Amino acid sequence: MTRAPEPKVDLALALAHGLTPEEWRSILSILGRAPSYPELGIFSVMWSEHCSYKSSKKYLRRLPSQAEHVLQGPGENAGCVSIGDGLAVVFKIESHNHPSFIEPRQGAATGVGGILRDIFTMGARPIASLDSLRFGPLEDPKHRHLVHGVVDGIGGYGNSVGVATVGGETSFHECYRGNIVVNAFNLGLVREEGLFLAKAAGIGNPVLYVGSKTGRDGIHGASLLASAEFDETSDAKRPTVQVGDPFTEKCLIEACLEAMATGSIVGIQDMGAAGLTCSSFEMASNAGTGIDLDLDRVPQRESGMTPYELLLSESQERMLLVARAGEEARLAEIFHRWGLEAVVVGRVTGDGRMRIRFHGAEVVDIPVDPIAKSSPELDRPVREPAELRERQKLDLASVAPEADLPGALAALLDLPNLGSKAWIYRQYDQLVQGNTILGPGGDAALVRVKLEDGTPTQKGLALAVDCNPLWCWLDPYMGTLAAVAEAARNVACTGARPLALTNCLNFGNPEKPEIMWEFAEATRGLADAARALGTPVVSGNVSFYNETSGRAIHPTPTIAVVGLLEPWERHATSFFEAPGRAIVLLGRTREELGGSEWLALRRGLEAGHPPAVDLDHERRLAGLLHTAVAAGLVESAHDVSRGGLAVALARCAMAGPTRMGAEVTLSDSIRPDALLFGESTGRVIVTSARAEELLAQARAAGVPAARMGTTGGARLRIGPPEGSAWIDAALVELHSIWSRALPRRLEAA
Amino acid sequence: MFAVVQFPGSNDDRDARFALKSVLGVACELVWHQRAELPAGTQAVLLPGGFSYGDYLRCGAMAQYSPIMAAVKRFAEAGGPVLGVCNGFQVLCESGLLPGVLVRNHHLHFVCDFVYVRVENAAPVFTSRARPGQVLRLPIKHGEGAYVAPPEQLAELERSGQVVLRYCEPDGRVTSAANPNGAAANIAGVRNLRGNVFGLMPHPEHAVEPSIGGTDGLVLLGSLVDAVGRRGAGA
Repeated sequence: MTRAPEPKVDLALALAHGLTPEEWRSILSILGRAPSYPELGIFSVMWSEHCSYKSSKKYLRRLPSQAEHVLQGPGENAGCVSIGDGLAVVFKIESHNHPSFIEPRQGAATGVGGILRDIFTMGARPIASLDSLRFGPLEDPKHRHLVHGVVDGIGGYGNSVGVATVGGETSFHECYRGNIVVNAFNLGLVREEGLFLAKAAGIGNPVLYVGSKTGRDGIHGASLLASAEFDETSDAKRPTVQVGDPFTEKCLIEACLEAMATGSIVGIQDMGAAGLTCSSFEMASNAGTGIDLDLDRVPQRESGMTPYELLLSESQERMLLVARAGEEARLAEIFHRWGLEAVVVGRVTGDGRMRIRFHGAEVVDIPVDPIAKSSPELDRPVREPAELRERQKLDLASVAPEADLPGALAALLDLPNLGSKAWIYRQYDQLVQGNTILGPGGDAALVRVKLEDGTPTQKGLALAVDCNPLWCWLDPYMGTLAAVAEAARNVACTGARPLALTNCLNFGNPEKPEIMWEFAEATRGLADAARALGTPVVSGNVSFYNETSGRAIHPTPTIAVVGLLEPWERHATSFFEAPGRAIVLLGRTREELGGSEWLALRRGLEAGHPPAVDLDHERRLAGLLHTAVAAGLVESAHDVSRGGLAVALARCAMAGPTRMGAEVTLSDSIRPDALLFGESTGRVIVTSARAEELLAQARAAGVPAARMGTTGGARLRIGPPEGSAWIDAALVELHSIWSRALPRRLEAA
Repeated sequence: MFAVVQFPGSNDDRDARFALKSVLGVACELVWHQRAELPAGTQAVLLPGGFSYGDYLRCGAMAQYSPIMAAVKRFAEAGGPVLGVCNGFQVLCESGLLPGVLVRNHHLHFVCDFVYVRVENAAPVFTSRARPGQVLRLPIKHGEGAYVAPPEQLAELERSGQVVLRYCEPDGRVTSAANPNGAAANIAGVRNLRGNVFGLMPHPEHAVEPSIGGTDGLVLLGSLVDAVGRRGAGA
């Protein structure tokens, strides 16, 4: 087979690679010559938006990332936080939006595979996954297909590698019709002294390639797919989607953890975006070294691959590691036993250059740092959207009051956004590793910590992921405060103390000042909320260009918060369990209907200011939940979010293993539809067998609290102090509507 | 000593060891698939859940050819107790140690949920701690868990009392609504004629702690521990 000649490298080719004229000039000045074709490929991926964060760096730097318990902040594969007794958790959330839209099953599967590698690369055993998914309306057959494919992909990969998917969130909106959002989160457990970093240290040390062979899949996934808008031709980008092999990943997890325990590994990095290129440059840059690589030794699954292809392939399930000299054979034996490749492909050098040979000739010779560290940083223009004030206009006096309150509750429970997500999470293994105390379907998942040798501990980890994109569209600052507050509140509902957060910032095209303004506002909110709630930002990911033919998604800053509960036996569930318990509302309901599901569904309005967030109140509320659950004063706790108080009460009553009704009296003097369906933040419905003590604790903590009813029976009754009930419904009927919301749409032909 | 076989792609191997060792307090070892012999002193074998060799062909189809399976077959033929859970059940069927086969769930989705199963017939080695007709709450998690066999073989299984567990309602009624995967006759677990090999789709090892899955799995695993004790005492 004869190989096509390499194309001529010039400005035109650089532009076709997504580089700008200024970046082309920088390349010429760094090298003092025109780059070779593989070198151009390297610059294009390393300086792509996806790999370089060039539009977002300026803002990300302002996020609080330090705290005493933070062992590793942003900049590594994932963040790491101490949970005491020499143990730590490593976690991160990452997007795989573009690939999942083009090829939902493989796109989502490799999203899970990628985030898992980020975790075990650091020496941690992955123990729990979450996902945050956004689709277009389910009336669109394309989006039903996407839901099926993405869920199948997440399950197919996560189930096979033996990591439990313990929670997540899914919502639907017109704005995702051209771009879905698939954000995958994983958390792993590591001993503090067992943390590994991506460092190519030690001159002369061997560089090993381990895992799968390299093929032609995923070339330019990072630069072309993730760093540009979609248009009508996007389907032609399908070849840039990688293909996942969870079996190899499972073996890679076990082999890497075993190899790390030998003490023979100096540094390790997964080959994710931009594959061999990104991993080797990052490792060398982090250690201030260089690397000599021999491409002929790279295990290949296709014949005739060029240096360009070998360097840019995004074939999955591959890692690059630097071993102590002389320990190569010992490490290779471990990988071979797990049926994996392990080949020495290079050496660490001391001159800070990346030299890559192919067929005996040097095809790349470039300095490491100018590429890895001096990647462009942009200060893109920002401009508030001209129609923002228009969006935020809402005169409640002119919004007709709800005439059919029971009908509104039924209609809300039937919404895909509010209906049961069991159709999705039943397809995920929620139990493997045997630590799932609270699985999907509640406020936060709760996972017991077991040591690597199987010894159970008293530590429980609470995990939640949240965002209300409509609120972020109406007010990206307030919407992001709300996302952080809600994720932390969900974690607190189990009784856990929120520790830290990770985020995935999904936005439109950053070249548009309005999108950049949304991003600036959202990151300002993220910084303020993270600081106020004491949850530093330890890792994250930015996904721009979620835009098709000029239509961007709503700003979607997905926030995942991790909390610690010790001992975990003392935890609250999210549903009513016992009859005769007092139902108490923590927090206060205000007359807020802006950005609510009720307003969108019943009045066709997506408008107004989202509900205000009081961060001081949120901090007091989380503290109260932590102490009250520990003291046994709270049996169940469920936060009030989308759909408001009536939907939250219905969830408490019908979502548990045994349905448990309630009789609730609300005496607030605001319009009943706002009282029942308004989405004021900072509210949690709790049940208690010792209500007086709980109310006293709440008073002492400065958290508004009011007894509003009692559990019992098979109906949910909500009414004013006097007169007939607003809502009086049989739980079996509410449950039937709520549980069918997704299946009746997704199983339709 | 309990041997839990570890195939590449096994996922519930450590969980099975945890249930046996940490909860039931018996000696337990993970045994690598490439070993040609079971460790000396092996009293029972457990084939765990997972996706052995990736299960890209048919579930369990590759695992039957691994070196350790020849040893497991010899162990079973000598009367040693062998328990297969989920993927382990699939391996036992593919290896011919149990009749029938497990195919794709009728709804075509992977399903993870808690189900109820009724103890149908005594399999002394595996159900001695259960009352006949007792209903157990156990989790399932599989994409290919629909038990099928030719009609004459199913009839033979019923006649000889080899159907050990059947999916049912919480009150024990066997209904089609309680069948999570389309299994023939709601079959969740079968044993061989001799009674020393038992495979089931539900995961008893994930129901061994009150706050994590409940404790109904201990009925089955505990029965096996008792049986091993009896065999040990008699040997």
